[in-house]
Amino acid sequence: MKTCELIIIGGGGAGMAAAIGAWKKGVRDILILEREEEPGGILLQCIHNGFGLHTFGEELTGPSYAERFLTQTQELGICIETGALVLHLHSDKTLSYISPASGYVSVQARAIILAMGCRERPRGAIGIPGTRPFGIWTAGTAQRYLNLDGILPGRRVFILGSGDIGLIMARRMTLEGAAVLGVAELLPYSNGLPRNQKQCLEDFGIPLYLSHTVTEIRGQDRLREVVVSRVDESHRPIPGTQKVFPADTLLLSVGLIPENSLSEEAGIALHPRTRGPVVDESFQTSLPGVFACGNVLHVHDLVDFVSAEGMAAGEAAARFLFDGSSQGRSLCAAPADETVGYVLPQTIHPDSIEASLELKFRVTGVFRNATLQILTDGIVTREIRKRVMIPAEMEKILLKKEELNQVKESITIRVAGNS
Amino acid sequence: MYDILIIGTGITGTFLARTLARYELKLALVDKEDDIACGATMANSAIIHSGHDPKPGTLKARFNVRGNEMYEDICRELGVAFRRCGALVAACTAPEEAILDTLEQQAKERHIPVSRLSRPQALAREPRLSDHVTAALELPSTGIITPWEVAIALTEEAVMNGTQLFLESQVESIRVADTATDRSVSGRFFEVATCMKNGTRRILKARYVINAAGVHADRIYAMVSPIEQGKEKRFAITPRKGEYFVLDHEEPSLVSRVIYPVPSDRGKGVLAVPTIHHNLLIGPSSDFVADRDDLGNTAQALSYVRREAARIVKDIPFHKVIRNFAGLRPTGTTHDFIIEEAPDVPGFILTAAIESPGLTAAPAIAEYVTHTILAPKLTLTPRAHYRRRRPFLSLAELSPEEYNKKIRENPAFGRMVCRCEQITEAEILDAIHRPAGARTLKGVKKRCRPGMGRCQGGFCEPLITEILCRELSLTPQELLHIPKGGTSDENL
Repeated sequence: MKTCELIIIGGGGAGMAAAIGAWKKGVRDILILEREEEPGGILLQCIHNGFGLHTFGEELTGPSYAERFLTQTQELGICIETGALVLHLHSDKTLSYISPASGYVSVQARAIILAMGCRERPRGAIGIPGTRPFGIWTAGTAQRYLNLDGILPGRRVFILGSGDIGLIMARRMTLEGAAVLGVAELLPYSNGLPRNQKQCLEDFGIPLYLSHTVTEIRGQDRLREVVVSRVDESHRPIPGTQKVFPADTLLLSVGLIPENSLSEEAGIALHPRTRGPVVDESFQTSLPGVFACGNVLHVHDLVDFVSAEGMAAGEAAARFLFDGSSQGRSLCAAPADETVGYVLPQTIHPDSIEASLELKFRVTGVFRNATLQILTDGIVTREIRKRVMIPAEMEKILLKKEELNQVKESITIRVAGNS
Repeated sequence: MYDILIIGTGITGTFLARTLARYELKLALVDKEDDIACGATMANSAIIHSGHDPKPGTLKARFNVRGNEMYEDICRELGVAFRRCGALVAACTAPEEAILDTLEQQAKERHIPVSRLSRPQALAREPRLSDHVTAALELPSTGIITPWEVAIALTEEAVMNGTQLFLESQVESIRVADTATDRSVSGRFFEVATCMKNGTRRILKARYVINAAGVHADRIYAMVSPIEQGKEKRFAITPRKGEYFVLDHEEPSLVSRVIYPVPSDRGKGVLAVPTIHHNLLIGPSSDFVADRDDLGNTAQALSYVRREAARIVKDIPFHKVIRNFAGLRPTGTTHDFIIEEAPDVPGFILTAAIESPGLTAAPAIAEYVTHTILAPKLTLTPRAHYRRRRPFLSLAELSPEEYNKKIRENPAFGRMVCRCEQITEAEILDAIHRPAGARTLKGVKKRCRPGMGRCQGGFCEPLITEILCRELSLTPQELLHIPKGGTSDENL
């Protein structure tokens, strides 16, 4: 069997950054496996701008952002095999993949970084009643049709869900000459970034219906109408509030799910909330030597943070390859109550931390002028005032090593004092 | 002039076509849809029932038992999947247990393997049975298939042996004709007028017509037997809708056998069914509907299915649902299958009201129609060189060495298109270029499964669109039914 020091599954924003991170720490035998014909992942179909402000200090389109990383990997001589789909991943860090160029290949890796990204929730997962005509796609599928294949998939569009891809597609379809009739969001607030709400809906006069959902699909061969209803606090449609939109296209932007079928096959522990692997401060999963970063770990808001996480995971994989796992005592990090959805990493080894650790988390509602509380073993030890926190944005806090050394068992986070 | 024209490419029509194609007959197979098996055969519980359930003395009972005997061999011949997974009928109350007694007795009389299980025995077989289940009946001869795969395979073989397939051909009228209307022909025959979506009209002439039009069978019959005042209708079809959940595949699956509740006057009830590809089906509901095209899901029926399923199986992971669907059963007013030469129209054969257990009964119905109804009227000469179909390509079960060999021979075997179900471009090309091959996205999906997985085609659909357009010189606008023109209201 072929062997390799480090295999990275996925050549998108996370995977390429991880390779660069590992290379910079001295790893040379690196193989990135990318299933598409070209590296870049989903960035390649994100032809809008807004990428790279944190990483490069300028606004790039998705393909340009990907190209910067691709150029770096090429300059470093990192090998990316494209058209390569991983079929199986095993707990002994062997994997098999196929590609038209190499055939069926089995490889034994010493370390693996999972960077497979995420997928969109399809219609079936949310069970919209009605018929099943053509014209219903996830926003990302429509984005691919439009931006990569040059196919405008419809003329009169309604969008369910106010996630960022849905908002971006509202603008994109409008610019291509389609009429976007509206966006319905089940929750009383938008799930997209504020800048996308402004630039993609408000600037084009596209109505956003909060606390609304699609309650019926009509049409035989092709979508003819969508029926939208207001929902109550328990998200149940309110009878008598139906509005009918004559749409031939319904785009769904109703959530992203980390793509973890390979992780499941390898027996890697997944977190019920993030639906990505449970990791420690080095992005190591429950399987020693297997790391995870980017949207396969948890769904991010900005690709810049994906790259930063990838870079850090690559460096951690390098440390593992040269020094092995340094463990010592461990703490857990978690939400203190339901105001916080998840905290990452879920496990912390304070002895392995050099100076500080970044905790990432998401809040579960819109909070204004609120206080973020950090609890050490159940006692509030730090409070941070926040003007606004929304579920669409990933929050971060920095914990110093000295602070972590004081913790016996757990660090938890909650939001208090919402006004 | 065709010897026999079959209307409908559901499981009944396609079994008839393949059974008759073994003889030197000129056959036509007609369907209004753009692919094979788009009606009840596409949307049902996919079970080959043992035959324990239908009432004694019915055609349903007779053909169900015979069909179950026939299926495994036929699937082997066709190279399609069949799994004899067995079934449990789960009772939750004393009155339900009494019905188990009746079913057990019925099964024994029909020589169907059956055994009575206590709750602990049933739980040992199926640990996820609900806490309500008090006893069960085990039926080891129950099987599962992928219904449309069987119908497609049957059609392929019929087409390979000379059957002419007319898709997208809606039957508009049927006229009984003879020498008086067409002097070039001696004797009595039928003129079947069809119309395609693009306006192409055809008149197909046939000595015999078999009506296997499913939910539309009564309308087709009315074309040759007009409904007149004072005349009693032979039968009518009322569509009965069944709605289902499909859950993502997982191994081991939640249940390894078909789990039935005790049947009631509403039918077999809401079932939990493992599928050939390790998904789980939960359903169906049972609601009479007026519209024969009404395949929509409703919130009420789906919540009914959830509630009922929980009576027999516990902790169903509904968060793993990847799809809902609905099918229409062609329920007849006579409460039994109608399989006969129409009493008022000689040469016009009815195979109507084929609701459950129609999937199971189909090979037996085809056998009966061929050998009992048609044999005395026609000369059945076995076809000299009957050609067998080649199974669908499937790479999933290949060893790494075999895989490698295939990819070296043809790189399309190494090009993965559907990542969820792991389907390569080679398998998709095979689905398109076979006899009666796929011409639509759904056609590809029915033949080799891309888009059946957890992402429901989100990643692979654009790739398959591209392949179909390239291979068949189609446009994405046709394939995706994209409306023409700008954003004006002209078509609304």
